Amino acid sequence: MSMRTSVLTFTALVLASSAWAQGHGYTPADIENGGQLYQANCTGCHGPDGDGVPGINLGSGKFRYGTTDDEIVKIILGGRPGTAMPPSNFSEGQAGTIVAYLRSLADSPATGPTLKGDARRGRSLFEGSKGECLACHSVGGIGGRAAPSLTEVGSSRRAIELQRALLEPSAEIRSDSRQVRVVTTQGATITGRLLNQDTYTLQLQQANGKLTLLDKTNLREITILKESPMPSYKDKLDAQEIADVIAYLRSLRGRP
Amino acid sequence: MTRRLLVAFAMAVAALLAAATVRAQVGFDRILRGDADMQDWLTYSGGLMGQRHSPLTQITPVNAKSLELQWVFQVRSLEKFEATPLVADGVMYTVQPPNDVIALDAATGRVFWVYPYIPSPLARLCCGRVNRGLAILDNTLYMATIDGHLLAIDAKTGGLVWNVTVSGARAEAGYSFTVAPLIVKDKVILGSAGGEYGIRGFLAAFDAKTGREAWRFNTIAAPGEKGGETWRNEAWKVGGGSVWVTGTYDRDLNLTYWGIGNPGPDWNGDVRPGDNLYSDSVVALDADTGQLKWHFQFTPHDVYDYDSVQVPVLADMPWQGTMRKVLLLANRNGIFYALDRTTGQFLLGKPFTKVTWNTGLDEKGRPQNMVPLTEEGVQVYPGVQGATNWYSPSFSPRTGLFYVSTWVDTYSTFMKRPVEYKEGQRYTGALPAMPIRLLTPGPAINRRRPEEGSGAIQAIDPKTGAKKWEYAMSDVVDAGVLTTASDVLFSGGREGYVFALDARTGAMLWKANVGGQASNGPMTYAVGGRQYVAFAAGNALFVYALRQ
Repeated sequence: MSMRTSVLTFTALVLASSAWAQGHGYTPADIENGGQLYQANCTGCHGPDGDGVPGINLGSGKFRYGTTDDEIVKIILGGRPGTAMPPSNFSEGQAGTIVAYLRSLADSPATGPTLKGDARRGRSLFEGSKGECLACHSVGGIGGRAAPSLTEVGSSRRAIELQRALLEPSAEIRSDSRQVRVVTTQGATITGRLLNQDTYTLQLQQANGKLTLLDKTNLREITILKESPMPSYKDKLDAQEIADVIAYLRSLRGRP
Repeated sequence: MTRRLLVAFAMAVAALLAAATVRAQVGFDRILRGDADMQDWLTYSGGLMGQRHSPLTQITPVNAKSLELQWVFQVRSLEKFEATPLVADGVMYTVQPPNDVIALDAATGRVFWVYPYIPSPLARLCCGRVNRGLAILDNTLYMATIDGHLLAIDAKTGGLVWNVTVSGARAEAGYSFTVAPLIVKDKVILGSAGGEYGIRGFLAAFDAKTGREAWRFNTIAAPGEKGGETWRNEAWKVGGGSVWVTGTYDRDLNLTYWGIGNPGPDWNGDVRPGDNLYSDSVVALDADTGQLKWHFQFTPHDVYDYDSVQVPVLADMPWQGTMRKVLLLANRNGIFYALDRTTGQFLLGKPFTKVTWNTGLDEKGRPQNMVPLTEEGVQVYPGVQGATNWYSPSFSPRTGLFYVSTWVDTYSTFMKRPVEYKEGQRYTGALPAMPIRLLTPGPAINRRRPEEGSGAIQAIDPKTGAKKWEYAMSDVVDAGVLTTASDVLFSGGREGYVFALDARTGAMLWKANVGGQASNGPMTYAVGGRQYVAFAAGNALFVYALRQ
């Protein structure tokens, strides 16, 4: 399991549990789906913490132009004329899950490590023998392909998410990052990240990057793995080093 | 090629063209016979009883594996393709979303003509600028538009015959038509969508020759009208009760049956105390006058958006020892119902998937102990998209089974929030959260977890409500079901496949990946002795026949 995977999964669990406890009534799946949409469509302006636009903090639980979920959904769908906020093509249900995600942000601690990190030191740890992160991940096309690229991870992941992923990568696996292990009727075992499936087939990506389609009729076992292949850095890096790596990851905002 | 051969070829082509373009004469007698004599497909569900069952038998469980793509028609629209085509005498008529009418050669897919229609930008739709199809009578096609018009179009030329603005159907107030109209005798019957905009819904019949309104039935009862006592305050004025899936007709009883949509606002019932008739009901109307003969309400005082617009399927069958005229309806609320369609008497109600919004039905079919919504949110099965929805079911008189596309064990979290009516704006309450993505025409990625539910085609014995078989799918399904007299069942799903099953056993016979999500039911027809089956999926229509 990649670091990015574990970042997402652990965050989803924590945020979901928190929101549930706060009584918003959203399910973990709602929040996870909303988080995926937010990260794919909104972080470019609003940032992973929701505070990318000056004067607006979507992660605070308070919104400038509305208070009810319906009002926020309308803004997501229709945009804010006269501002840089464009209308979207989300369905109402999708917009509702984004609101669920934003509500969950307010229920979770927004900050990551208390120590200030140094991105340059973090890069050394990331690329060096202590972190060995490039063995699986890549940045800017350099590195391994077993785990997702982290080239743009800083534009979509919160510090708290990155921290949790580094410390407890197996806390929960997001649905788009699950590892699946199958055993064919001939006895061969294949493991990879589950990309998609239907009634008849599975599509996965193996550790070497190979995209693979498997016919379910040729599979004896299909197991969704509960453990991330990414190791925990809880005992490998100290608190300052964790903060440094997070600072480096937060600086990764895509190719220049 | 010699000159003589060329002339002969040209004459043959001309004859074929003439045959294809001139013969479209569809009297009501032909529509009435549709269930029994169906080379054509002359109304939304194939026949007026709504069974979506064809007598064609060329494609069988044995040879279905030889189905081969014949042609594809790609629409110029990114909207969901929900129209069921009509076929009359070798010509197919369908609607490109939102409201362009198209005539094609049913054997080749080549287009004869296009009638373009640009609806008003004021049209407001909750769930896509869609259309579910046309009606045909004699040489005229009928289309109801998303901006509140009813159009008559010459089936031969594609020219406009008339265009009427339906009284009260103001697009800016949320009234819209997405339904395929139903022809009964000399009338065109349809109803208004807009249940999420605080409309007061209606069914209306129009003279097929002139477009003049012949009768109207308000689906939300006003004070003083029968059913008016089920509303309080002024809530009935914006009470919803939309109509957006085509009804059915019993020629012997001269009754037309229509499913009615949710009350408004959808997810907060505090402003509308009472049962809120005729929301979430099926109504039986005199087809000549629109007078209400009877009604049955499935979900009184609905707060879950369980529209009951599903096709009310008519069937005649022995029921506890005597032949009975029944009405079968697998409801969005997760319960399969059988009613006596002469009287509206409740005969049977049984869940066909996980249902938690009530604790059971009483002897009259009324749900008990409905789960109230709370501000904190309450999780309810089935979810807001329902256990089934607009996708057509099928009934096969041969197998005696009712077939329904099912969302298996799906849920939503419903929250009660304040809501206020403002004309032209959504009047719903808080949107229920659900883990399943809404239908889109594009490629499907399915990464759902098992606890989020799945999809299936279910075969139900209507006499008991018992499930006879189930064809399980890993994703939910929005495709309707077609059966044939050779016991083949056709359907599709979100995964991009269309397929054929054995209607008796549910065994897979054939499948094809067309790469788009199916969002309405297949239909079948024959041209020149060859049976075709058409599937709408993604943004295209895919037509198959046996390999020759």
